[in-house]
Amino acid sequence: MSMQAKMSEQVRAVAGEATASPELHGGQTLARKASALALALVVPLCLLLFWEFMVRWTGTRLIPPPADVAVMMWDFIFGGVYDDAFSGSFHIHLWMSLQRVYGGFLCAAVIAIPLGLLIGRLPVLRAMLDPTISLLRPIPVTAWLPLSMIFFGLGPRSAVFLVFLGAFYPILLNTIFGVKSVDPRLFEAASMLGCKGSQLFRSVVLPAATPSIFNGLRLGLGFAWILIVVGEMTGVPEGLGAVIMDGRTLSRTDLVITGMIVIGVAGYLSDRVIVMANNYLLRWSPQHHV
Amino acid sequence: MSSIEVSNVSPPPSLRIEGLTKSFEAASGSVEALRSINLNIAKGEFVCLLGASGCGKSTLLRIIAGFETASKGVVKLYGTPVTGPGPDRGIVFQDYALFPWLTVRENIGFGPKHAGLSSQDVKRISMQFMEMVGLSAFADHYPHQLSGGMKQRVAIARVLANDTDILLMDEPFGALDALTRTKLQEELLDIWERTKITVVFVTHSVEEAVVLADRVLVMSAGPGRIDSDFQIDLARPRDVSSAEFNSVRRDITRKLRSNLVPTRMLKAAVEA
Repeated sequence: MSMQAKMSEQVRAVAGEATASPELHGGQTLARKASALALALVVPLCLLLFWEFMVRWTGTRLIPPPADVAVMMWDFIFGGVYDDAFSGSFHIHLWMSLQRVYGGFLCAAVIAIPLGLLIGRLPVLRAMLDPTISLLRPIPVTAWLPLSMIFFGLGPRSAVFLVFLGAFYPILLNTIFGVKSVDPRLFEAASMLGCKGSQLFRSVVLPAATPSIFNGLRLGLGFAWILIVVGEMTGVPEGLGAVIMDGRTLSRTDLVITGMIVIGVAGYLSDRVIVMANNYLLRWSPQHHV
Repeated sequence: MSSIEVSNVSPPPSLRIEGLTKSFEAASGSVEALRSINLNIAKGEFVCLLGASGCGKSTLLRIIAGFETASKGVVKLYGTPVTGPGPDRGIVFQDYALFPWLTVRENIGFGPKHAGLSSQDVKRISMQFMEMVGLSAFADHYPHQLSGGMKQRVAIARVLANDTDILLMDEPFGALDALTRTKLQEELLDIWERTKITVVFVTHSVEEAVVLADRVLVMSAGPGRIDSDFQIDLARPRDVSSAEFNSVRRDITRKLRSNLVPTRMLKAAVEA
């Protein structure tokens, strides 16, 4: 038998061993997506109905019904209803908040990921930094507010710092965890293939810790959005958090709820972006897909 | 055709182990895992380390690989003492230890890439070794998409692509089903005959050892020692159902059993 024939026979035999990857038909995928969407909408719709019902039933004037909030939302985005300071100002506030959320979040990621890789890998550094981190971590970010205003003054830099603090710990701790749980076999495999020293970081530690790092990034970005309201309490004129604080001061509950919904949606969409990056970069590990 | 044996002079040892002893510190004191191992393995030789679990055969392999250090004695590769893991000794693990984030091609190219070869050369080498193990059609698959047998083929190719001097295999086919195992044994012998690489293969299966090896080293436990050294002179490919094969297998099995008896008696004595 010729070498080539033998080889192709081998390939065919091997092909039979391969696990069949489940290929879904386009129609099936669409139907599945539609049903997932329908299921996801059940709870929000029920909440809306409950809200409407409770407002009518109690006759409260403190909380506006959903329809009033919808009008406020329209005015906030497009203007033309109330024509006040908030009409059509949505994009300005969103843009300001996005800058602060991503500014704080990216600073946190840029510092926490390399630091976490080092702490996870170097016992000396871990022994040196772990106690301090454990001590600082339980301090609520809100408690940093006065100091942050002293350090950075009234204004956006203070907000970025608070967002940074909130996003920093989850990214750091998940990165450390990811590095510590790398299968030691992979280090052995890499070292017997001639990869050592700092190459190990790039070639083994970083890729192996990626699933954990992404967990940290998702949590961190979530905290960043949570903290934007606190961050924008530091006396900034614009931003979604500032809008909510203004709404509170002016007793405009419709504005407060509008701000809450916008933050929720913005946070959800930024999470989707991370999830997409996660699923792309972790295409080698379907178990880590979200 | 008459055989063209060059001479009776044995080829130079590629691997030499002198007075190797390994003890572990345990709560109850020091436990001796290996005692005074002396061993010469010739270049191109296929050697099986055979023994029951706990006899220290994997520890011996891990010391040769450089993952663990000997308490006493020395391991030399072409005269140079082994001080740590390195690309001159490639190891194939039972659990594959492929990099899950790299494709088949990238896993095989890992060693050449880290040796600083150009991307052209890395590509050429990975193609060559993917072909050798018959996985060219799976170049861009990730390990999670492969069967156990295919993963182990990648692991073997990964080590060979790194131009290793000696192939260390730690029960590499232990997790595979019988059919795949037989197939991989054949493929390994085929590769070995083509590359004439030195192989040290750890197994607890007498049959596997006799099918594969030029030399079977039977180890005994408590502390681990090399108990006997069988030269297997059967012609390849070996027929597991032949009388000669079975006679060799019987001899080795008997030797292996005789090693087990004292421990069992010891245990019985302790329990009594």
